[in-house]
Amino acid sequence: MLEIFTAGFWSQYGALLAAGTRDTLIMTLVATVFAYVLGLPLGVALILTQPHGIRPCALLYRVLGWIINVGRSLPFIILMVAIMDFTKLIVGTKIGVLGAIPPLVISAAPFIARMVETSLAEVDAGVVEAAQSMGASTLQIVWKVYLPEAKPSLILGGSISIITILAYTAIAGAIGAGGLGDLAIRYGYQRRVDSMMLVTVIFLIALVQIIQSIFSRVSTRIDKRLK
Amino acid sequence: MNEHIIQIQHLNKTFGSGDGAVHALEEINLDIRQGEIFGIIGLSGAGKSTLVRCMNLLERPTAGKVIVDGQDMTALSEKELRLARRNITMIFQSFNLLMQRTCLKNVCFPMELCGVPADKARRRAAELMELVGLGDKADAYPAQLSGGQKQRVAIARALATDPKVLLCDEATSALDPTTTASILELLKDLNRKLGVTVVVITHQMSVIEEICSRVAILDGGVVAEQGTVEDIFSHPSTDAARRLVYPGGASVQQYGAATHAVRVAFNGGSAYQPLIASLAIECGVKVNILGADTRNIDGKAFGTMLLGLPDDPNDAAKALSYIRSQPDVAAEEVEYHA
Ligand SMILES: Nc1ncnc2c1ncn2[C@@H]1O[C@H](COP(=O)(O)OP(=O)(O)OP(=O)(O)O)[C@@H](O)[C@H]1O
Ligand SMILES: [Mg+2]
Repeated sequence: MLEIFTAGFWSQYGALLAAGTRDTLIMTLVATVFAYVLGLPLGVALILTQPHGIRPCALLYRVLGWIINVGRSLPFIILMVAIMDFTKLIVGTKIGVLGAIPPLVISAAPFIARMVETSLAEVDAGVVEAAQSMGASTLQIVWKVYLPEAKPSLILGGSISIITILAYTAIAGAIGAGGLGDLAIRYGYQRRVDSMMLVTVIFLIALVQIIQSIFSRVSTRIDKRLK
Repeated sequence: MNEHIIQIQHLNKTFGSGDGAVHALEEINLDIRQGEIFGIIGLSGAGKSTLVRCMNLLERPTAGKVIVDGQDMTALSEKELRLARRNITMIFQSFNLLMQRTCLKNVCFPMELCGVPADKARRRAAELMELVGLGDKADAYPAQLSGGQKQRVAIARALATDPKVLLCDEATSALDPTTTASILELLKDLNRKLGVTVVVITHQMSVIEEICSRVAILDGGVVAEQGTVEDIFSHPSTDAARRLVYPGGASVQQYGAATHAVRVAFNGGSAYQPLIASLAIECGVKVNILGADTRNIDGKAFGTMLLGLPDDPNDAAKALSYIRSQPDVAAEEVEYHA
């Protein structure tokens, strides 16, 4: 496996690895953005409609909770296969980077909704009540109290979401989505190129470490409770 | 147009229903005057917070009316209610500041809510920070302040919309005595300068005697007594009032043994010590002080003393009639058998 330190290895596989890394990043980032577009409002809705929320609505709260639980109970790989026709309808292909994005989004959104719910639940109920006592509307409480007050926690949650989606992209790679996961399967597993397996694993570990440390640092830096 | 800024009529609040129902407030009637500092005192669970939260409709009354500045709060639409709340703001025991905003931005917050232009809001917020004595803390975050300073910021924030009423729910309960005194002083000052009506909720009699002109005693969800602080202090006529006025003090129940005693109330006139002395000198009767709880309000003496009378019935009668002959003193004979 020491060949990973040789120029030969990199001239043979370097381009593949670069493309794989790029594909993994694209899938992860695009899917994260869209998953938040769905998951963030869902999480906010959960907080508002919960029994002690500022807009309690038992029916909506229960229906949303049920949908989210169903979404979270499907393993990603099964969901990906199960919705292939839907994926084709949306992005025009079942495979490749593009084909991986719809299942990534659908799989991650319920998870993100729960993450957001947990972060927002940390906001002191007294502060929300104070805003209400000053005549804040529901929308103002969401924009000016819940989201800004929970920002450090939301950002930490963001790192967990991204890393989860990153792990999903590796699974997606197994069924033709491209990216580092795809390389690990095709070269590392099927063709027994151990050094490729090693490098893809190192790349994935490095990505996770980088993402986590950036998000942790930002979260700490912006949290004004800590000073 | 109305000397009563807050009128509470036949207010009831019940939490839950059926067997588990909690009648937090029953048949509350209160009138709070424009510009006064009104106290609401009661033990824990008496319903104080519920009552004050009914005043700005954070809690919707089960029955009854809450009229603030001539407006029946219970009849307002949601939007009208949000507007009305700018007129009756609130501070809390736990300050409830936005932790991710600077103090100045916290004070700007209620102005942002009602669309005041940012630079105008910032100028007014800076003025208010000066007013509460924190001009130099504008750019600090709440986490960097002490409890007393946080409450000052909360007060500045509550004043941002120029309210007619400031509700204070246990606003000093998390603070030490010195800080409490300075916050009460600030409230008194703001009441005088701005004419804002202040409603003070507390479980501490000392807070009431410090700043309130009138007080209502809440006990088990009902108003046990209301009136001027002086009246309630000198003639607490209900058990609830006596419990609060003389906490751990001259309550007969504390003396287990059979005692022939007299409860003496000082109503703002003579001082205490000379009475005991003159009893001894003029009647030749010695009495035991079994308990005393006395206070000074507006330079006058208030409070009670429980005096154990001599066993000899003649001496006891002599002492009793002597005490009763004193001005501003009320005596109540209490025969207590264990
Ligand atoms: N949301 C609620 N649901 C059910 N019961 C409640 C609710 N809020 C208050 N209560 C009950 O109403 C009663 C009065 O409570 P409240 O909080 O008004 O008392 P308090 O006088 O403010 O007490 P404290 O001094 O402890 O703050 C209590 O018995 C309490 O358990
Ligand atoms: Mg309370």
